[in-house]
Amino acid sequence: MSQLPPDLRYTKTHEWLRTLPDGRVEIGITDHAQQSLGDLVFVEVPEPGKSLKEGDACGVVESVKAASDVYAPIECTVTEGNSQLTSAPEAVNNDPYGAGWLMRVRPASATAVDGLMSAADYDKFVQSEST
Amino acid sequence: MGRKTPLFTLHQELGARIVDFGGWDMPLQYGSQIAEHHAVRRAAGVFDVSHMCAIDLKGTRVRAFLQGLIANDVGRLTTPGKALYGCMLNESGGVLDDLIVYFLAETHFRAVVNAGTRDSDLAWIRRHAREFAVDVIERADLAMLAVQGPEAREQLAKLLPQRSAARALALQPFFGTHVAGGGGESHGGTGPGKRGSPPDERKSHPDERIAGADEDRQGDWFVSRTGYTGEDGFEVMLPANQAPALWQKLNALGVRSCGLGARDTLRLEAGLCLYGNDMDAGTNPFESGLSWTVAMRPTGRRFIGRAALEQIAARGPGPRLVGLVLEDRGVLRRHQKVIVPGITGVDGAAAAASPSALGDGADSRVAAPGAGATEGEITSGTYSPTLERSIALARVPPGTGGTVQVDVRGKFLNARVVKPPFVRNGRILVSLE
Repeated sequence: MSQLPPDLRYTKTHEWLRTLPDGRVEIGITDHAQQSLGDLVFVEVPEPGKSLKEGDACGVVESVKAASDVYAPIECTVTEGNSQLTSAPEAVNNDPYGAGWLMRVRPASATAVDGLMSAADYDKFVQSEST
Repeated sequence: MGRKTPLFTLHQELGARIVDFGGWDMPLQYGSQIAEHHAVRRAAGVFDVSHMCAIDLKGTRVRAFLQGLIANDVGRLTTPGKALYGCMLNESGGVLDDLIVYFLAETHFRAVVNAGTRDSDLAWIRRHAREFAVDVIERADLAMLAVQGPEAREQLAKLLPQRSAARALALQPFFGTHVAGGGGESHGGTGPGKRGSPPDERKSHPDERIAGADEDRQGDWFVSRTGYTGEDGFEVMLPANQAPALWQKLNALGVRSCGLGARDTLRLEAGLCLYGNDMDAGTNPFESGLSWTVAMRPTGRRFIGRAALEQIAARGPGPRLVGLVLEDRGVLRRHQKVIVPGITGVDGAAAAASPSALGDGADSRVAAPGAGATEGEITSGTYSPTLERSIALARVPPGTGGTVQVDVRGKFLNARVVKPPFVRNGRILVSLE
């Protein structure tokens, strides 16, 4: 397992969240998730302006072998989808915590992110899932 | 814990992700599945297909037996070494399995059947072999490697003794031959399974080694110019304990380890059916793109399922298997619904009677199809690395052509009906517009 960025928050559905300086939150899928999926060939991200409740399916990442929904980890409004992924979905494989981000959102609550898993907790969660 | 091939430990050492396939623990991919796919289209790759089952069939009436067992006509096999692809049917004309049969000698044929149907196939074959006094010998002592790609034949030939290499390279497509192997039994004992344990059938042949005279005389590797990728190449059956060394020598020559993931995208691009997806016991060869494998002539050949197929044919055109190329963005998957526009025009009232359940009229793609449409279903779908778009095989009503719509996760996407294969020998054979 590669190093988990310590400054991010994580979910049990294998999304990560990064709080940006302007208070928005960047969301992607974890390295573990992209490895499980294999080569990504199609990514669909939500349109700006879309309001999401926690747990809403808001995007799709499809690899050669499977489609997987992306869930909104927190209640939020989408401000930006990563349009680069339309032509280069492999960025999620190559750089899941960087160029492979899926969407940027405005959280409904400034503290919503705090309740999610830390890197250490997510690491433990993944270990427990694989046994 | 599934069954394991003699190469299982090596797959693990090579970092393969292991998945269950038909009860077997098999490598899905070693790294990038797409890179493995391209390696086979552009150079060469090697696949472990030891989960498939080689069955030797021996006896003086073995040809007559196979002419009754298989919907294709083994009578077409007149030159030793020649292979025939066909289906084993039940009495209703449903496909029990697809298989390859090699004609080795008048008293010795070899069949290769699928992993998932291995046990039921063996039971079926044994049941019908009795009245022909044909011995059915499961060759669990053999491993099978598929070396595929434009450079595959020359690469494998480098690892064979000179005489064997010459014999292998002289093979025409769909022919096989026994040859002396590439020596060396290094890495022996890799297979954790119980392969090589003597099958009971050996007892019925006290006077000869199980493999038969040709195998003794010419060598114990069987090399055939066959495959499941749409590329040239060889399939090699060899003693299980020699397989890991051959694999590693191929790797050392630059032949890439390839998993079942790449095997699936390659076979789908090549328009080749996968048993259990594109056909099964509930579908007949006519609706599975396999009419060409059914030999209705000579009319006197009474193979199992013939009577049912004759009745089905008499009813007129039925569903058929077509290729689809997705024109919109997305990925086609098995079991997705295919909506075929009605052959007669859809009038306004009919269209209005089909309100969109999706409630998102802004996107023209999500408009619900009009009445008069009929439905089909995708039997295999994937992303095609060669076409860089999604392709599928789909079972659709007769007469389907042009553009259809596919319900992809609640959106109706446009797909064009094409005749498979999509890709053969590295070349794209369908129009991409």
